[in-house]
Amino acid sequence: MYRIRFHGRGGQGMKTASRILGTAFFLEGYEVQDAPRYGAERRGAPIFAYVRAAKQTIHERGVIQQPDLVIIADESLASVSSAGTLIGIDKHCVLLIVSNESPESWKHRLNLDCTVLTLAYEQLDIHQISYAGIVCTGAAARLTGIISNETLQRAIKQELAAFDESVVANNLHQALDAYKKMAEHEACVQKSQEISADNYQAPEWITLPFDDANISAPAIHASANSVQIKTGLWRSFRPVIDYQHCKHCWWICSTYCPDGAINVDDSGQPQIDYDHCKGCMVCVAQCPSHAISIIPEQQAEVAAPEVTAIPGDKR
Amino acid sequence: MNRVLLTGNGAAAWGARLAQAEYIPAFPITPQTEIIETLAQWIDQDKMTARLVTLESEHSMITAAAAAAVTGVRVFSATSSQGLLYAMEMIYTVSGWRAPFVLVNVSRGLASPITLEPDHNDVLAARDSGCLQIHCSTCQEVLDNTLIAYRLAEDPRVRLPVIVNLDGFYLSFTREPVLLPEIESVKNFIGEYNPENMRFRAHEPMSHAVAVLGGAPYSYFRYQTHLAVENGLAVYDELAKEFEQQFGREYGVIENYFADDADYVFVMMDSFATKAKDAVDKLRATGWAIGLLRPRLIRPFPAERFRTLLSGKKAVAVIDQNISMGMGGVLHSELCTALYGQPQTPEIVASFIGGLGGRDITVEEFFEIAKSIRHADEINQTPSPRLLYTETELREIRKLQSLANVKLHGFGETS
Repeated sequence: MYRIRFHGRGGQGMKTASRILGTAFFLEGYEVQDAPRYGAERRGAPIFAYVRAAKQTIHERGVIQQPDLVIIADESLASVSSAGTLIGIDKHCVLLIVSNESPESWKHRLNLDCTVLTLAYEQLDIHQISYAGIVCTGAAARLTGIISNETLQRAIKQELAAFDESVVANNLHQALDAYKKMAEHEACVQKSQEISADNYQAPEWITLPFDDANISAPAIHASANSVQIKTGLWRSFRPVIDYQHCKHCWWICSTYCPDGAINVDDSGQPQIDYDHCKGCMVCVAQCPSHAISIIPEQQAEVAAPEVTAIPGDKR
Repeated sequence: MNRVLLTGNGAAAWGARLAQAEYIPAFPITPQTEIIETLAQWIDQDKMTARLVTLESEHSMITAAAAAAVTGVRVFSATSSQGLLYAMEMIYTVSGWRAPFVLVNVSRGLASPITLEPDHNDVLAARDSGCLQIHCSTCQEVLDNTLIAYRLAEDPRVRLPVIVNLDGFYLSFTREPVLLPEIESVKNFIGEYNPENMRFRAHEPMSHAVAVLGGAPYSYFRYQTHLAVENGLAVYDELAKEFEQQFGREYGVIENYFADDADYVFVMMDSFATKAKDAVDKLRATGWAIGLLRPRLIRPFPAERFRTLLSGKKAVAVIDQNISMGMGGVLHSELCTALYGQPQTPEIVASFIGGLGGRDITVEEFFEIAKSIRHADEINQTPSPRLLYTETELREIRKLQSLANVKLHGFGETS
């Protein structure tokens, strides 16, 4: 059985990526299971999706714990432990990261002994960033060595049937480009050994101890802890205020911001709290003097490297 | 027949479409919403002829469903978790009307704490309501059993609501290959809804849901409902046979996976049972005589069949994805009730609680469960009920409690 996991952010098309790959396997005569996994869905939050493909009926279910191929569409997730990108990666696994950094650098940084591949994107190309999912699908299809160019195209057309021709054409272009770029790594994904009932690691079961109600009631006693949750991490694009055009109205952007992430300082200047701005762009739409623009996070890092959403976050 | 990739939600929607449901009262709730969204889209695109009405709550939704059903209309509805609980007053009430309709429940753990992923405490809250329950383990089963459910609900020997259950996430959002039957062959199988003496005629009014005072008439009506639910077993058998003849797919009241020649048996419900199949395959590959029994019908409970199928077995592990607070696993209790005092009954019927709120059960845990019941058989002592829970999971909860400023005094002593 092939076990493949896609990691990305809500809005990057991870669910669609898994569905296209699932359909491609299915068209190649495989039994398939594909599913997205998210909690309260929201744009920008880490999500993942997975695909199982095998020649016989698939009985295994749920999140893939021992992947053969892991794809990280958003490199900033590699270091976010709650995103679970690295779970179950062992020596036989292939890790593909959409990144301009070298595979060696990632291998060293993440302390991995598996095959690491990268797929470079053109710097600061907003257009290409929004195609992260389809790029990953094209690459993954080639890495399995199972899916032909024609099958990949058929799967994309089938899964994107509801979209107009130009959208499909753009997706085909991006996917086939990635498919081509991965030619030298074709079929590098190897199926893992199935766990045997003779030789396995026993679960470290415990008997759950009783806790008093003041411990075991699901209550949060910490106050104001939402400040500690850096929701700015969900952003793939950020709003930037152009103070040349800002009329210092003092209230519009800060009032409309649904997260209270824009504060007006004593001099009447609005300041965006990038630790908590989720990148919804409501402020951009509301500003009557059109003084707020949108730039990709990568570009923001180049322009102002000191303003990063999270300490230690690559961006 | 066309073989396509469908989610469990998609399969349920196809079931309603192919059964030609005419009225769909609806209220959204995760992880069920995709079902009514799909149906709404089909109706909008003229791919399906039905009236979909969004109600103000699940309570009203079930009332509307049953009210329509007793006027002679074929009804479909769907809900999940808190929605099913909110509807519970009417779930009990409308089975008493003897209103036949199909309700899909997409299982999701109950609050509190609130969650999204599956366990079966939601659908089991409707256990004693008089609704029949069919539990599915694959997307194909969801579609096929939605079709069978209409026949079961509308059969005069039953004439009751039927709940078709599928697990949230593990089926609801998971695509698998599903054979889509042609609508003509489904029409041939299901036929027209014949409401017999239920109708809506202005000149010939009838009253449903009458009141009775005094225990004797009440007892009559309640026991009649009980007998009708029990009839569900034989009727399901007939329908499954007919379904198999027409569509080639076999459905038994209990799915039997290598249990016939097994010494040890897993018993569990719904989609996690396919994981047990995987474990059975792997255990058999190393010489174990082990199998799986999965009840498809929970109401009526197939007690007699369990007695027959488990007769002479060495040990049974019941894995409950639910918990009755202060008692334990519901399926375990019910199975023990069915087996108690019967000749040749297995002496070891062990209880495991796993998969609450979608907590995964790994294949290694199935291996460990198998070992545990084999050991129990060797020493002839039933093990205490066990929650599948690891040291790492406790460490995680301690971390979360620290973040939540829970004062963990006494933590050292209690763990």
